[in-house]
Amino acid sequence: MSDQTGPPPAAPAPVPPPDVSAALSLRGLWKRFGQKIAVAGVDLDVPTGSFFGLVGPNGAGKTTSLSMATGLLRPDFGTVHVHGTDLWALPERAKAELGVLPDGVRLFDRLTGAQLLTYAGLLRGLDRDTVAERTEDLLQAMDLVGDRDTFVVDYSAGMTKKIGLASAMIHAPRVLVLDEPFEAVDPVSAANIRDILHGYVADGGTVVVSSHVMDLVQRMCSHVAVIAGGHVLAAGTVAGVRGEQSLEDRFVDLVGGRRESEGLAWLRSSSASS
Amino acid sequence: MVAQLVRLKLTLLANTFRRSVWQTIGLVVGSLYGLGVLVLVVAAAVAGGTADPVVTGHVLTLAGALVVLAWWVVPVFAFGVDATLDPRRFVTFAIPRRTLLAGLALAGLVSIPAAVTTLGALGVSFAWWRQPAALVAALVGGVLATALCVVGSRAATTALAPLLDSRRYREVLAIVAVVPLLLIGPAVGWLADGVEVTVDGAGSDALGAAIAPLAGVVGWTPLGAPWALASAVHDGAWALLAARVAICLGTLALAGVVWDRALARELVTPRGGGSSATAAKGLGWFGRLPATPLGAVAARTATYWVRDPRYAASIAMVPLLPLVLLAVGTTNGAGGVVLLLMAPLAAWLLGFGISNDVGYDNTAFALHVATGVRGRVDRWGRVLPVLVAGLPLCVAFAVVGCAVAGRWDALPAMLGLTAGTLGASLGISSAVSARLVYPVPKPGESPFKSPQGATMATMLAQMATMGIILAVSVPTLALALPAILLPQAALGWAALGVGLVTGVLVLLLGVRWGARTYDRRLPELLQQVMAFG
Repeated sequence: MSDQTGPPPAAPAPVPPPDVSAALSLRGLWKRFGQKIAVAGVDLDVPTGSFFGLVGPNGAGKTTSLSMATGLLRPDFGTVHVHGTDLWALPERAKAELGVLPDGVRLFDRLTGAQLLTYAGLLRGLDRDTVAERTEDLLQAMDLVGDRDTFVVDYSAGMTKKIGLASAMIHAPRVLVLDEPFEAVDPVSAANIRDILHGYVADGGTVVVSSHVMDLVQRMCSHVAVIAGGHVLAAGTVAGVRGEQSLEDRFVDLVGGRRESEGLAWLRSSSASS
Repeated sequence: MVAQLVRLKLTLLANTFRRSVWQTIGLVVGSLYGLGVLVLVVAAAVAGGTADPVVTGHVLTLAGALVVLAWWVVPVFAFGVDATLDPRRFVTFAIPRRTLLAGLALAGLVSIPAAVTTLGALGVSFAWWRQPAALVAALVGGVLATALCVVGSRAATTALAPLLDSRRYREVLAIVAVVPLLLIGPAVGWLADGVEVTVDGAGSDALGAAIAPLAGVVGWTPLGAPWALASAVHDGAWALLAARVAICLGTLALAGVVWDRALARELVTPRGGGSSATAAKGLGWFGRLPATPLGAVAARTATYWVRDPRYAASIAMVPLLPLVLLAVGTTNGAGGVVLLLMAPLAAWLLGFGISNDVGYDNTAFALHVATGVRGRVDRWGRVLPVLVAGLPLCVAFAVVGCAVAGRWDALPAMLGLTAGTLGASLGISSAVSARLVYPVPKPGESPFKSPQGATMATMLAQMATMGIILAVSVPTLALALPAILLPQAALGWAALGVGLVTGVLVLLLGVRWGARTYDRRLPELLQQVMAFG
């Protein structure tokens, strides 16, 4: 529908070319919904092999950015490169490298857990034996073996999240993009999932997670980006972004200061005022 | 607090106007339509009352009883139709139960159906304008009837809420509800026949004689009693009047108590108990169909047609079609010939079933977007199960239809028409569903619940789809109809050829166009269903 070949709007700063070595490289992403500009010029590089946390207050544009980065939402302007492949120019090739857990969407919940995983695997073009094998492994890893024949509609919120996560992983993607993966998941399962993700990163995979929980991101992630009001306020290694502070304090500084006025207010370091 | 609840309901009603232009247009059109019907009904009642108050009183009693019955029964089937004031939403606010009850009862009056019922109940009272005493009784009856409608419907839904909480029960109920809906048509035909016969016979006297005993019985039930008050006054039967008022008040009190009890239980029972999880062994269709993306989409579609009540409801209609048509045929005297309609109708029903498939997927469609399913795969995957299962069924229907009607000569034309209809409806549905997505009941909701604000856009989309299907079927129809009606055997063979060719052609082109559209606007399709919430 929208014409994506048009020139970008008068951007405040020249946009550097996309980083083709990065797992995920976003450049000048804009998205407007009616009157509201949800994402206003997001540039972000997710280095290959990083465990990348995306944090921001509610309505900051996290989900919108991730949707545009995974092919679920067409940006008004800007580009997305997945390991150097332009997602919006060659969606099939780029999507094959991505595993996506979107937030706030349903699953095909009249299928059983095993059927849903099989469906996701077959849609990804895997053969029957591979799908069967990985379905078993994933059900095991997610502690859902006992519920394999239960319809997903009868799953609890945490189980639904886990089966969604499993179906995002079944084709062994190079990049996993997970929107709020730990929401409603019990601590034991969350720890298991974290182990799986860490192992995946250690083997060269890249994980992007969005979260509200700063503590979790600080402990779990190697890199972090703080996003608010549709802008990236800070990005880099967790140590680099938080400096001497805890990530949470740093986040409140960044986001709290942002609220006072428009423009470059976030450059001033006003801490206590809200 | 009572006033606040009423104000809340008013705000909710007003907000539905503000949500979208379509919604506003839909509501305005709906209201105008309702108002038009209302004016007609009231005018008819007044005219009838002027001419023959006794018979009019009987008719009003019967019609009114149906209205009350509808108020009591429909919400049970179409659960969740008006959940804006679900009592459970007030659990966390410490509102005294009596206050909540009164507030919910009054707020229940604030809705378009309630407004129409109230106006109608009061309006038809003026059938008695010649007799002030009866008029007063009728007005009182109207108020009582409206109260019975609202309180009774609330009592029924609240009391049955524990049952309706179980997913499986809801789904069975939803499919069972198809049956009475399908029988409405034949029932109306039968009634019309009855009226016709009596009118032919001896005018309104005969009609009055026919329904008087029925109205007499219904007048004693809680459904009909409030509507029969004026008749009692008219006849000067004061004891009868007292008895009917007592029935009304007693029922009202009983419904109030039931509602109160159920509400008390509802407020202390947490939601979502009794989860009887259902299970299916193995992979089902996923294990049987080829392990390709196309096979997977087809397996998913086949699974959903059986397991999702929204599809299953339309499947349930197909085997009922012969029964309904047979009923229509015998009542209007046309006999088995009507069964000739069965095959094209079934073909159309099946094909039209996928005309809003993405809307039915709701946001689960995100999986197709994230995995980058190609349009060709998605479209064919949705068409093939319907085609493979539907084609033999429709052919069987055509053969049986011709056999029952004793019209073997019409078989070629029937087959042509059926094949053409199936191909055209599947092809056009595939094309349209990649372009027009309209809100439908969400997964897990009643198949009969029409989502708020959908009406106008839905009607337009459906009418457009049907219009295009009809348009591409014109060549086949132009040959098949004369072939069957004249009858003209040679035309029948031509219809078979043309039907097959157009069916196949429209199917191929429709799927192709749908696949291209799908590939081009995949993310936009997802955003459209996301917008339904």
